[in-house]
Amino acid sequence: MMGLPPYASPLERLWRLTLILLCAMVLLFLITPIIAIMPLSFNVEPYFTYPMPGLSLRWYEDFFTDARWLDALKSSFFIALCATALSMVFGTLAALGLSRANFPQRALVMAFLISPMIVPVVITAVGMYFFFANLGLNNTYFGIILAHTALATPFVVITVTATLIGFDQSLIRAGASLGASPLTVFHKVTFPLILPGMISGALFAFITSFDEVVVVLFIASPDQRTLPRQMFSGIREQLSPTIAAAATMLVITAALMLVTVELLRRRSERLRGTSS
Amino acid sequence: MSVTTSPLLQGSLKARLRRAERVQRLRAIGLVAPLFIFILITFVVPIIILMTRSVDNPEVAENLPLTMAALSDWDATTLPDEAVFAALVEDLKTAQASRNTGLVGKRLNYEISGARSKLLQAGRAAEKMTAGPYKEQFLELDDLWGKVETWQVIQRAGEKITSFYLLKSLDLQRGVDGAIVQVSPDQRLFVDVFIRTLGISTMVTVATLLLGFPLAYILATLPVRHSNLLMIFVLLPFWTSLLVRTTAWVVVLQTEGPINDLLLWTGLTDERLQLIFSRFGTIVAMTHIQLPFTLLPIYSVMKTISPNYVRAARSLGSGPFHAFWTIYFPQTMPGIAAGCLLTFILCLGYYITPALVGGPTDQMISYFVALYTNRELNWGQASALGGILLLATLVLYAVYNRLVGIDKMKLG
Repeated sequence: MMGLPPYASPLERLWRLTLILLCAMVLLFLITPIIAIMPLSFNVEPYFTYPMPGLSLRWYEDFFTDARWLDALKSSFFIALCATALSMVFGTLAALGLSRANFPQRALVMAFLISPMIVPVVITAVGMYFFFANLGLNNTYFGIILAHTALATPFVVITVTATLIGFDQSLIRAGASLGASPLTVFHKVTFPLILPGMISGALFAFITSFDEVVVVLFIASPDQRTLPRQMFSGIREQLSPTIAAAATMLVITAALMLVTVELLRRRSERLRGTSS
Repeated sequence: MSVTTSPLLQGSLKARLRRAERVQRLRAIGLVAPLFIFILITFVVPIIILMTRSVDNPEVAENLPLTMAALSDWDATTLPDEAVFAALVEDLKTAQASRNTGLVGKRLNYEISGARSKLLQAGRAAEKMTAGPYKEQFLELDDLWGKVETWQVIQRAGEKITSFYLLKSLDLQRGVDGAIVQVSPDQRLFVDVFIRTLGISTMVTVATLLLGFPLAYILATLPVRHSNLLMIFVLLPFWTSLLVRTTAWVVVLQTEGPINDLLLWTGLTDERLQLIFSRFGTIVAMTHIQLPFTLLPIYSVMKTISPNYVRAARSLGSGPFHAFWTIYFPQTMPGIAAGCLLTFILCLGYYITPALVGGPTDQMISYFVALYTNRELNWGQASALGGILLLATLVLYAVYNRLVGIDKMKLG
């Protein structure tokens, strides 16, 4: 069970055991803070400390009755859905183009398209703040959606390109030689094969926009307050367990997304026969 | 159909093939073009604007045009003559009317502290001035106007393009004779911040490697059933909102928080430690957030390393640790390079986590970019700091591309 060869010496076994213990601690380090915040959202008292005197759902009630939290949730969903849709269109098209054989300067173009993911987000945010001020796009939903699309599309490009790496281009030619139009080929051959990558990309894009706070801090007014923005000011001003309630729901959403992406990845590997 | 083809037909076939390939290539470019143009407009243009802001210097040149013209043949060593003061009065009258005196004052204030209020005072006085000699009236107003240095600053600040903000970002300035010198020690700030940013990024990168490498190794060598399950522990934080993770650390590290409870309970400390708003807290929280970024590339490289190499080494008589160190470890280097480089690059730009978990002396360069944009409204300084940060990031990004290749980047 420890993954050791049968000829391992006792010292080696001991070392392996130590290593596994060490790794268990690292895993605890990764997961504990996220778990630790969840029970606090059920605290009957407005404190962020253990032990809790009693349990209640009042902070969830607070979340779902407070207009500020609800508006923030709605704004976040609206922005994230629009940004996801836009980045799906741009990202999938680009990934299809990039994976064609002998695309000129592929590595360079790819590096350029991915750069919004790498450039520190404060720089992007300040630049957009200056630029959007000229266009009157600051304090508008449209401006935030454009900004989030730029930040989210790299994730779609990466995930869809990854699905296309093992993609057999002769399938397209086979389809064409059998008389299908390029659109039919895309619909019947390419699309089903890259769908898992597209869905993963969409989830990544959605979560990128849904989590984004720095750009929103710069280019949005309180009218476009998003959920992360609301949490950010909450942490700065007064730490209320409503934040813990919001955080708990976000962790559960993240878990659901993670499971979806994992299942899709396995399905894609099975389809392409690269499962290890 | 005959097997032998005439040269003519062959030529046309080649041409047709070439044409077909060209069409293919154009189609591929056409597919990428929308995103390319979109990124160019919504991402690259803003960054170019930011870069130009770091050298842009319009305040004085636009609002004191007559003064600047009058100063153009000034010798820069003695006090300017009456003509310059007369021009300044004219300029200030215009500036007062358009309410731009404050703007000029703010710009001069970056180089001479207190200049803003004195300029506003001068603006109000200039409105009332009707006849010369203006020089005497100004000298009476404040000794600021009697210093050669003031006029040197005005002359330099009147240039449309300036290196002032970029130099200031490195704690440098133009001296009296125009040479580049360090600013006075009490004004030095940004070099420290850059060093701090590099220091925190290095520490976080090392911490993620030390924690991530053994974990990646165990995950890669365990049977798939176990490792898939354990992988969830790594991926769940990866998918969880950055703000949620930061909030979690704020809660865990606070003075009344669980870690302090635990430390008191075990008797390791007698009093509650200041964990939040400290360097320690910042590094712990950042390590937590970056760990998956370092671990995943190492893990995926380790997955491809065949166990046969180590087995061969062992069968040839090598000890377990020696075999690991000389055979296995070198093969993981591409993963280590990819993971560490990515983490380091991303760390350089951290803003939210240090802002919420760190204290005043733990803020990184992004914080100052935001501060100078939102609070100080000194956009030149914000842009210059951002420009230097951007340059550092892009250089490392180029290295990353060279070593790893951006298309090898994996998510989850």
